[in-house]
Amino acid sequence: MQAIFENLPLWWQGMGMTLLLTGVVTLIGLPVGILLAGMRVSPVAALRVVAAVWTEVARNTPLTLVFFFTAFVLPKLGFIFDFTLGAILALTYYTSAFFAEAVRSGINSVPLGQAEASRSIGLGFGQTMGLVVLPQAFRSVLPPIINVIIALTKNTSVAMGFFIFVLTSVAQRLSTSYGDQALQIFIGVALSYLIITVPLGQAVDYLERKWSVQR
Amino acid sequence: MSGSVLFDAPGPNAIRRSRILSIVFAIATVVLLGLAAYQLWLGGAFYQDRWDIFGRPEVWFAARGLMAGLGTTLSIAGIAAIGAMILGIIFSILRNAASRWVRIPTTIVLEFFRGMPVLLMMLFILIVFASGTYWSVVWALVVYNGAIIGEALRAGMKSLPKGQRESGLAIGLTPLRTTLAIELPQALRIMLPIILAQLIVLLKDTSLGYIVGSPEILRIGRQLVDFYDREGGPYALSMFFVLLAIYLALNLSLSAIVRWLHKRVSRPRKGGPNLDGTKTEAVPVSTQAMRQQAGRDPLADSTRYPGAGMEGGGG
Repeated sequence: MQAIFENLPLWWQGMGMTLLLTGVVTLIGLPVGILLAGMRVSPVAALRVVAAVWTEVARNTPLTLVFFFTAFVLPKLGFIFDFTLGAILALTYYTSAFFAEAVRSGINSVPLGQAEASRSIGLGFGQTMGLVVLPQAFRSVLPPIINVIIALTKNTSVAMGFFIFVLTSVAQRLSTSYGDQALQIFIGVALSYLIITVPLGQAVDYLERKWSVQR
Repeated sequence: MSGSVLFDAPGPNAIRRSRILSIVFAIATVVLLGLAAYQLWLGGAFYQDRWDIFGRPEVWFAARGLMAGLGTTLSIAGIAAIGAMILGIIFSILRNAASRWVRIPTTIVLEFFRGMPVLLMMLFILIVFASGTYWSVVWALVVYNGAIIGEALRAGMKSLPKGQRESGLAIGLTPLRTTLAIELPQALRIMLPIILAQLIVLLKDTSLGYIVGSPEILRIGRQLVDFYDREGGPYALSMFFVLLAIYLALNLSLSAIVRWLHKRVSRPRKGGPNLDGTKTEAVPVSTQAMRQQAGRDPLADSTRYPGAGMEGGGG
């Protein structure tokens, strides 16, 4: 712990980058995920196929490989950009698929009768989704979305292997210079992650309790 | 809820519109992909010299070839999967222990393990225990996934009817035997799809060994790229595609197995025959379940559901 307190600026740097990546990727990835989920249940076959391929490929590719692509392959093809931007790209691509799945599972959790009823009073696809299904899906969708954000917070650590200084890099750097305090340093950094993830997890529990509806 | 309820069976106009939209969108996608491919082609991605190394046996079968890397990946995943299952079962038992002195520390430790990134745990084990890269990856995956599987199993046990545990205790089993012989097998069955999905995540997470430095397939791929080209690396893209194909093949086939199992597990269980020798049928509890009873008209059958009181019961 001592080592961390002595290097607070370093800790802040890592913490800031972790928070930045988490925030930016959530802001971009969530709309993309909602769009993908909407495409996946839409009447147009081509949209369904594209969304399905996107989510399936992204979910079954290791995040490290996606980073490998943005950090090593794209620059070789002539797309040269900041490593932070590359990390945001990789994380957004990977996480959007999980957002999409969370939203889709929320849409699926709305009882069939709701959609049937709105169809039978003559609402179209857009109205059924916008007025009946999505508002109800929202409450069951928020907890899984927060869970995706928690996973995202932890996934930002992968950026460490690709030239970005996140919280995990703080642990690595400090433990090389303060070899005798390695244990405390790692516990401290793990606690730093828990500072972010535990409140989010509490929010999930709270929302699930508050919004659980008897159906 | 299946997507098809969200919109009508389309009429001729809607079919035409949807088909036009589909075609427009498909063309747009193809054009985009084509442009990307053309760009790659201009960059020389499809030239023979970008792919020729994959025809050489030493790239695949040398001591530090791709197959060796794949072997490392799979062996890490295999050992870690078994370890995580065992640890998960132990965690779930400790987490449900009667004594508060066991339960609460276990809960805290589990929260701790689940809240930190696997990569941090790998580095921790690597640096503090100096266990070598291979075993640090294995151990981190065991502990992390063990904590997650433990939570899943606990949730599964909690979802069981209370009578299961009570009847176990009532016939004189010790609490531990009740958990092991009655609750755990059922929890495993309920949670099997979730646990298997987690094992796929575990397989993907072996790639973090790239950062820690264990010789799994991604790391080997990178080394091969660097080895075969020191001036500019024309093999990076082709290596990426090869690795992507390998990972997708592995994970998609595992996902297919998981989906098949999920269907099997979520299918209502069939009981034995009725007293009069007729087959028992699961009672569909939703409109969707009714639909899924293939080839039967739900309305014609509804009189035979328990409580409808038309047939059988009286005898």
